[in-house]
Amino acid sequence: MGIKQTQHPFFISIFFLGIFLFAWHVATISPPFDPTGKTEEELMVMEFNGDIVQTDDGQYVWNPEKEKVKGVPGPMTVMEKAWIELNEAFVIKGTNDHGIAFLVGYTVSRFAVGFLAASGVAILVGIILGLNQMLFRALNPFIQVLKPISPLAWMPLLLYTVKDPKWTAILVVFMAAIWPTLATTAFGVNTLRKEYLQVAAILQLSWFKRLYKVILPGAAPTIVNGLRISFGSALVAVVPAEMLLGELGVGYLSWIEWNNLDIAGVIFAILVVGTVGVVLDSGFNKLAGLVTYQE
Amino acid sequence: MSFLSIDHMSKYFPSHSGNGTVCIFEDVTVKINKGEFVTVIGHSGCGKSTLLNIIAGLETPTEGGAILNGQEVTGPGLDRMVVFQSFALMPWMTVYENVALAVRSAYPTWSSQEIKAHVQKYITLVGLQGAETKKPTALSGGMKQRVGLARAFSIEPKVLLLDEPFAQIDALTRGVIQEELVQMWNATRNTVFMVTHDVDEAILLSDRIMLMTNGPSARIAEIVDVTIPRPRSRETIIEDEHYYKIRNHIIHFLVRHASHGHAGESGDDTERSGPVEINFRDQATNTYEPAVTH
Repeated sequence: MGIKQTQHPFFISIFFLGIFLFAWHVATISPPFDPTGKTEEELMVMEFNGDIVQTDDGQYVWNPEKEKVKGVPGPMTVMEKAWIELNEAFVIKGTNDHGIAFLVGYTVSRFAVGFLAASGVAILVGIILGLNQMLFRALNPFIQVLKPISPLAWMPLLLYTVKDPKWTAILVVFMAAIWPTLATTAFGVNTLRKEYLQVAAILQLSWFKRLYKVILPGAAPTIVNGLRISFGSALVAVVPAEMLLGELGVGYLSWIEWNNLDIAGVIFAILVVGTVGVVLDSGFNKLAGLVTYQE
Repeated sequence: MSFLSIDHMSKYFPSHSGNGTVCIFEDVTVKINKGEFVTVIGHSGCGKSTLLNIIAGLETPTEGGAILNGQEVTGPGLDRMVVFQSFALMPWMTVYENVALAVRSAYPTWSSQEIKAHVQKYITLVGLQGAETKKPTALSGGMKQRVGLARAFSIEPKVLLLDEPFAQIDALTRGVIQEELVQMWNATRNTVFMVTHDVDEAILLSDRIMLMTNGPSARIAEIVDVTIPRPRSRETIIEDEHYYKIRNHIIHFLVRHASHGHAGESGDDTERSGPVEINFRDQATNTYEPAVTH
């Protein structure tokens, strides 16, 4: 942190990106089709199999359609795909073929509903448990058992109970987001410095005032840490939930492109997931900065 | 009838082994007059802070109780404000908000204008004008405790409870704040109950100093009358003829009780007979000729 920065890290980032893209490009490059040493018969079989096609001037080249699914597409192919997708971002072509902007919107709103609901419940329950040592110790074994369960493990049961994939996906996000916040909120409230509560007691603050003037702001840094963990795990859960449930979204995009054997599309979807994560995360950090304080 | 009295109070904690109890202090009886500044001195762990917390209503006694203005203390209240050793300022609030939180609670019917003026008055009183919008993190220990004092004085409590208020402040600043406290107290004449292990601080501030023996089963063994006229300052009290008598007496007491257990009491004939009152105006009770040269 204290190191004097003579060069902006941005340029170093660009440098590494360049190296990566170049290596990717070189590694995925396929040599042009070379017909030397092949008999006419062999070439006919290859053309029949769709490996190669004859161009207008009678030369044989690799079949560009088959190229798409042969090996890993290079960066140029992915960029082409991205260009096409981004140009059609706001186009709805069919029931399952919505533009990327819509897919991002679906994922973000699904994520937001599940995460906000889970955070609300977790903070409320966490405060109650944090203030009541006996209740916390009574319920802690259950929390410990429920916490490590992968949120996706709930999916079949949730789907069976709510019978609606839309709500199931939200509930999966909910299950992913609830435990870290719950546990850290209880911890934060429980370990809040005793003097703060004593001051609140001497000043005869009402229950509600005590909560929002002392307990919540006092435990806020710890609660935010819990929310951050919940945020990450909910973001991780939303993608496979969409894949498994077939709900439109960026996770679904990745799966449908795989079904289309469009590997460039899969890579594009992965990049979109990453971008959405970064944007949400930076927004979250801005919010977190508002409530934290230094001891 | 005295303003604040601690009546045959004992406190027991469950012992670490789980069965049985440990007596922190027992049979403490003290009477404090209105406007009096009383200090308890004792070694760490003798239970003096527990005693203060019970008066504050933050802890409950096992036996006996505290009576303030004819009413038994049953819980914390705005009539008894604590100044904490750890300052206990809300770090997410500014200096102004910390004091305002207390003022708003104490005077719920006041307009925001009145509250603002009142808060400002006490922030100015402790010399913190200009620092209103700062968070406690940005303040030095001395400034933090000035905020603590402003918060405590601002609600004009019947009793101020000072729990080793200057223990975490560097020695140079401590002296300055002690004198500021003397001036604030001169202006308000609050009833103050202070706990400390700083002998000079106790002499400078107090009307009477209670000496507590070591725990477990600590008691108040002696009550020393600080026969130094007010107003006092750190400079002038050392000139007073009683200053070193009182100081040496207290230090002798503390040294005698430095070792744990009841070792210090072996030579005491005060056992179980209530605290001995020491008054240097009446030389007869001065049982300890100071042996320390100064």
